[in-house]
Amino acid sequence: MADYLNPAAWIFAFIQALLFAAAAPLLVAWVRRVKSRLQNRSGPELMQPYRDLYKLFGKQAMVSQNTSIIFRAAPYIVFCTTWLAAAIIPLVVTQLPTAAIADVIVLVGFLALGRFFLALAGMDVGTAFGGMGSSREMLISALAEPAMLLAVFTVAMTAHSTNLSSVIEHVLNSGIILRPSYLFALFALMLVAVAETGRIPIDNPATHLELTMVHEAMILEYSGRHLALMEWAAHIKLMLYGVLIANVFFPWGIATNFSTSAVAIGLLAITLKLILLAIILAISETVLAKMRLFRAPQYLNLALLLALLGMLSHVILEVGT
Amino acid sequence: MTLQLAYFAILVILGSALISVFADQMPSLLRTAAFVLLGVGSIAAIVSGVSTLISGSSFSATLPFGLPWLNWHVRLDALSGFFFALIGVITFAISLYGPGYVREFEHGKQPLSVLGIFTGLFIVGMLLVVIADDAFMFMVAWELMSLSSYFLVAYQHDRAANRRAAFLYLLMAHVSGLSILLGFGVLASFSGSFAFDILRATEIPALWATIAFTLTFFGFGMKAGLVPLHAWLPEAHPVAPSHISALMSGVMLKVAVYGFIRMTFDLLGDIHWGWGVAVLIIASVSALMGVLYALMQHNLKRLLAYHSVENIGIIFIGLGLAMVFMGTGHKVLGVLGLIAALYHTLNHALFKSLLFLGAGAVIHSSHEKDLEQMGGLLKRMPWTGLFFLIGCISISALPPFNGFVSEWLTFQTALQAWKLENGILRTIIPLSAAMLALTGTLAAYCFVKVYGIAFLGLPRSRHVRRAREVGMGMRLAQGMLAVLCLLFGILPTHFVGVINSIPIQLVGVGLPEISAHGWMWLTPINADTASYGAPLVLIAIAVAWFLLTLVLRRGKKHTVHDCEPWDCGFSTPDSRMQYTATAFSMPIRRVFGLLFHIDEQVERNNNTIKHRLTVTDRAWDLFYKPIADAVHKAARQVSRMQSGNVRIYLGWSLGTLLVLLWLIT
Amino acid sequence: MNLLQLSLLEQAIFVSAALILFVSFSLLAQRRLVASIHAFAWQGALVAAVAALVAAASGENHLYMSAILTFGLKALLIPWMLHRLVRMLELERHVEQLKRPALVIMAGAALVIFSYWVSLPIGRLDMAATRNIVAISLSVVMLGLLMMVTRQQAVVQVIGFMSMENGLFLAAVAATHGMPLVVELGIAFDVLVAAVIFGVFFFHIRENIDSLDVDRLNLLTEKEDDKP
Repeated sequence: MADYLNPAAWIFAFIQALLFAAAAPLLVAWVRRVKSRLQNRSGPELMQPYRDLYKLFGKQAMVSQNTSIIFRAAPYIVFCTTWLAAAIIPLVVTQLPTAAIADVIVLVGFLALGRFFLALAGMDVGTAFGGMGSSREMLISALAEPAMLLAVFTVAMTAHSTNLSSVIEHVLNSGIILRPSYLFALFALMLVAVAETGRIPIDNPATHLELTMVHEAMILEYSGRHLALMEWAAHIKLMLYGVLIANVFFPWGIATNFSTSAVAIGLLAITLKLILLAIILAISETVLAKMRLFRAPQYLNLALLLALLGMLSHVILEVGT
Repeated sequence: MTLQLAYFAILVILGSALISVFADQMPSLLRTAAFVLLGVGSIAAIVSGVSTLISGSSFSATLPFGLPWLNWHVRLDALSGFFFALIGVITFAISLYGPGYVREFEHGKQPLSVLGIFTGLFIVGMLLVVIADDAFMFMVAWELMSLSSYFLVAYQHDRAANRRAAFLYLLMAHVSGLSILLGFGVLASFSGSFAFDILRATEIPALWATIAFTLTFFGFGMKAGLVPLHAWLPEAHPVAPSHISALMSGVMLKVAVYGFIRMTFDLLGDIHWGWGVAVLIIASVSALMGVLYALMQHNLKRLLAYHSVENIGIIFIGLGLAMVFMGTGHKVLGVLGLIAALYHTLNHALFKSLLFLGAGAVIHSSHEKDLEQMGGLLKRMPWTGLFFLIGCISISALPPFNGFVSEWLTFQTALQAWKLENGILRTIIPLSAAMLALTGTLAAYCFVKVYGIAFLGLPRSRHVRRAREVGMGMRLAQGMLAVLCLLFGILPTHFVGVINSIPIQLVGVGLPEISAHGWMWLTPINADTASYGAPLVLIAIAVAWFLLTLVLRRGKKHTVHDCEPWDCGFSTPDSRMQYTATAFSMPIRRVFGLLFHIDEQVERNNNTIKHRLTVTDRAWDLFYKPIADAVHKAARQVSRMQSGNVRIYLGWSLGTLLVLLWLIT
Repeated sequence: MNLLQLSLLEQAIFVSAALILFVSFSLLAQRRLVASIHAFAWQGALVAAVAALVAAASGENHLYMSAILTFGLKALLIPWMLHRLVRMLELERHVEQLKRPALVIMAGAALVIFSYWVSLPIGRLDMAATRNIVAISLSVVMLGLLMMVTRQQAVVQVIGFMSMENGLFLAAVAATHGMPLVVELGIAFDVLVAAVIFGVFFFHIRENIDSLDVDRLNLLTEKEDDKP
C-alpha cells in the first residue's frame, strides 16, 4: 500500500477526478449525437451540454415553499457522492490511492447514498410527481443493485480482491482469457448500467410525461444551479458505468505507471472504448422501446439471472479441484 | 476492580428499581432520581466493560447466592465486557431520554412505579445474564429478564390487543427459555456440573453436540427473532413504551446473540460446518423476509420491529459465515466473520435505539403512530428530524456511517469463500451475500419511505401540523446515539482493535492484519485484497462539498422560497395529493406479492369508495396456526381426563400410586 | 486446474457450455412459442460448436461428423419441422401465461447447484477440464425436464424433451469424446422420428380436446357425463 501514498499519485488522482467531471457531458453529447444520426437528424453539437450547464448555473434557483433543507442540500450531496464514486475508478492509470481508500463495495455504497438523498428530495416537494419518481427509482435500484453486486463479486472472486486497481491489474496480467463468468458478468453489468443511469428501456432521460418519468420526476422541481448539479451528476454516473465496464472487462491500454507515454496511451484507449460503448448504447436506445414500469422487474431479473449464472459458472467451470 | 465496578453498576440499577416503588407518591422522584441512578449505573457498566476489553483478561468470582451446593459463578471476560458496555451505552441514552418521555404516563391509567421497577429489573436481568458463568445463574437471570420485560410490554394493558401481544411474548419467551435449558441440560449431563468452565472442557460426542446446538439455536433464535420464530417481535415492540422498545430491540435481542455466541463458540467449541450452513440459510431468509414485511407496515414502531428481524438476520449471517469458516479449518476468516457480526451487533444497538427513541419522540409530540397521518415533521422538529435521518442512513448501510462498515466486513468475509475446498459451500456463500445485498437495498427503500412520508412533504393530519420539538433530555439522548453512529463509522479500525481480544479469548486466534496499517485503514485480510479508509471518506465528502460551494457561491444568487410546486397547473397541491406510505411500497407488493398474505378490497357504496388492505405474515398460516391447532387438539384430548366424577379422579390417584410402587421395586 | 493453463480452444469450450446453460434458462422463462423454437435452434448450434471445438482440441476427427450432424438436425431440420407444425396448428402468435416464473428460475438455479454437487465426485477424465462440463450437461438435462414439468403447451414440452437430449449429447461429447458413430446416428434418427410422430399426434390431440394444453389431456378419460 505504501506505493500508492506518494504525493504524485494523489495529485494524479485529483486531476483524474476533475477530468471525469469535465468529460462526462461530452460523453452524453456524443450519445445524443449518435442517436440523432440514427434517427436521421443532425442532432445537437458536442458542446451543447456544457452550454446547458453554464446557462443553468447562471439562473436563479427557485425553491418550493413546502420543502425543507433536505431539498436544498440534496443536489450537493448527490453530486459529491457521484463524483467521489467516479474518483475511485481508474480512468487512465491503474495505481490510484483513492482505490485503496474505497473499493468497489464502497462505490456501490456511494451511489446508494446519492440515490437515497435524491429520493428524499423527490419526497420533500409534497407533490405526487416526486413521490412517484422516488418510489419507482427505489424499486428499480432495489432490484438492480443486487445484480450489480453479484456481478462485481464474480469479478472479485476471480481476482481475489475488491480493490479496483488490483482487479484491473489481475485481468491485465492474465492475458487474453475467455471466461464464461466474465462474459455473464459483463452482460449483467451492462443491463444494470442501463437501469441505474435511467436510459431506455427502463427510463427515458428526455421525457416529462408522468407515465414515463423516473429520474426526471424526482428532479422535476429543481431549477438553476441545483438542476445543473443534478444533471451533471447524472452525466457523471453514465460515464462512471461506462468506464467501469470498459476498464474492468477490457483493460488493455490502461497505464500501469506514471510515465508520459503510458498515460497518453491510456487516455487514448479509454476515449476509444467510451466512444464505442456510447455507440452501442445509442443503438440499443434507438432499437428498443421503453418498457412499462412493471416489466422492469423482469428485465432486472434477467440481469440478476445473468449475474447468478456468472457466479455459478465461476464456481463450477473455472475453479476446479 | 473491574468486577467490583460491574457489581456496583448492577446494584445501582437495582437501586433505581427500588426507588421507583415510591414513585406513585412522588412522580417527579421517578423522573429524576430513578433515571439518574440508571445513568450512573450505566456509566459504571460502560467503564467496566471497556476496561475488560482493553485489558484482554477475564475476571471470575463466586457469589454466595443461589442454592447452597450450587453457588453462582460470575465471569467478566472480553465477550461479556463487550455486551456489558453495549447495555451500558443504551441504558445511558435511556436515562437521558426517560425523564422527558415518562412525563406522559404520569397522568395515565397505570401506576408509574410499575414502569420504573420493572425497567430496573429488566436491565439488571440482562446484565446478570451477560456475566453469568454457570447455567443455573444464566437461566435465573434469563427468567428475570423475560418476566420483567413482560410486565413492561403489558404496561398499557387496558387494550385487548396489547394484552394479546404481551401474552404471545411471554409464551414465546418461555418456550425459548425451555429450549435453552434443555440445551444446557444436554451439556451438563455429559459433564456433571453446571459451571461454564467445566462445560467448556468437556468432550461431547458429535450427535449430542448437534442436538445441544439445535436446541440452543432454536431457543436463542426465537428470543432474537429469526424467521419463522419471530412472530412475537412485531407484536410486542410496538405495544411497549418507546424507551422500552429501544431497550428490547437494541439490547435484549443482543443478549440472545450473546447467548448464542457463548454457547456455540465457547461452550461447544468444536463447530461443525453444517451448523454454519443451517445458520447461514435461516439468517439469509430471515433478513430478506424481515425487510419485506417491514416495507408493508405503516405503523412506525411495527415497521422498526420488523427491521430488527432483518438486522438480527444480518448478524447471524456473519455468525454463520464464521461458523462455516471455522468448521472447515480457516480460523482467521472465521474470526473475521465473528468480528463483523459483533460490530453489527453494536451498530444495530446504536441505530435501532436511535430510531425507536426518535419514533417515541414523534409519537410523544404528535400522538400519531401511523405513518399515513404524518408529514412535514422536519420543519416542526428539526433536531429529532436530523438525528432520525442519521439513524435512517446508518440502518440503510450507507457510507460514512456505521451500518456500512459492518456490512462491508460481512461482504469481505463472504468474498473469501474462494479459499474453501467444498464446492457447494463456495456456491452457497455468494448466494447469501446476494441476499444480503438485496436486503440492504430494500432497507434503503423502506427508510426513504419512512423518512420521506413522516418528516418531509406536507403534514397529513391536524396533530402533526401542530407537533412541537421535544425536550432537551430526549434530544440529547438521540444526539448522543447519532454522534456514536458517526464515530463508529469513521473510526472502525480503533474499535476493531479493541474487540480483537474477544476472538483471542474465544478461539485463540485474533486478526492482527485488520489494524496493521494504522488508524486510518481497515484491512481485514491484507492491504492488497481490500481496504477501507473510513476517515478519508468523510474528509473526501467534506472537501468535495466545500469545493463545490466555493465554486458556486461566488455570485450573488439568492434562492427564492415563495413559489408553489409544479402540479400540472391545477389547484394548489394539498397534503392529500402526496404519495402515501401504502402507495410508496406498492411496487414491492406487486413484485414480491407471493411472499405475503395480501387481502385487498375496494368497496363502492353510493358516493364513497373504501379501500382496505391487510398484509399478514405468512408465517402465521404456515407455521403458527398448525402448531396452535395441534396443541389445541392435544389439550382437548387431555381434558377428557377431567370428567367431573370424583370417583374417577380417585381412580387416577390409585393408578398412579400402583405404578409408582411398582417402579420402586 | 486453472483457467490460465488451458488453451484458447478449451476456454472457448467453457464459454459455449455456459451459453448453453443460459439458453436453457431462457427456454424456461420464454413465453412466446416461436421465440422458444429459435432459442432451441441456438442451443443446437451451440452444442454442435462444442462438438467441433472438442474435435479440434482433442484431435478426434469423427467428432466433426457428429458436429455437422447435430447442427443439421438440431439447429436446422427439427426447428424447421417445429415451425411448420406451429404454422399448421395456427399457433404462431401464441403466448403462454407462465405461472410464477421467478420461482421456476430459482428452482432451475437450485437444480444447477444440485447437479454440480452430484458431479463433484467424478474423478479425472481425459481432458482435465471436462468434469465441470459434465455438471453443466446434467444441469441442462434437469432444466429440460423442469421445462416439461412447468409448461402446459404441448409444443413447448417437445422442445423441453429435445433440449434434454441436447444435454445428454453435450455430456457424451465432453466426457467420452462422443459415442460410437453408429450409436449417434441411431439416436439422431430416433429424435427425428420422435419429432415427426409428435407432429402427427398433436393434430389428433387437438381434434379430440380442442386445445393443446396438456393439462386438459385428462378430458380423455371416459366418463358418462363428458362430451368428447
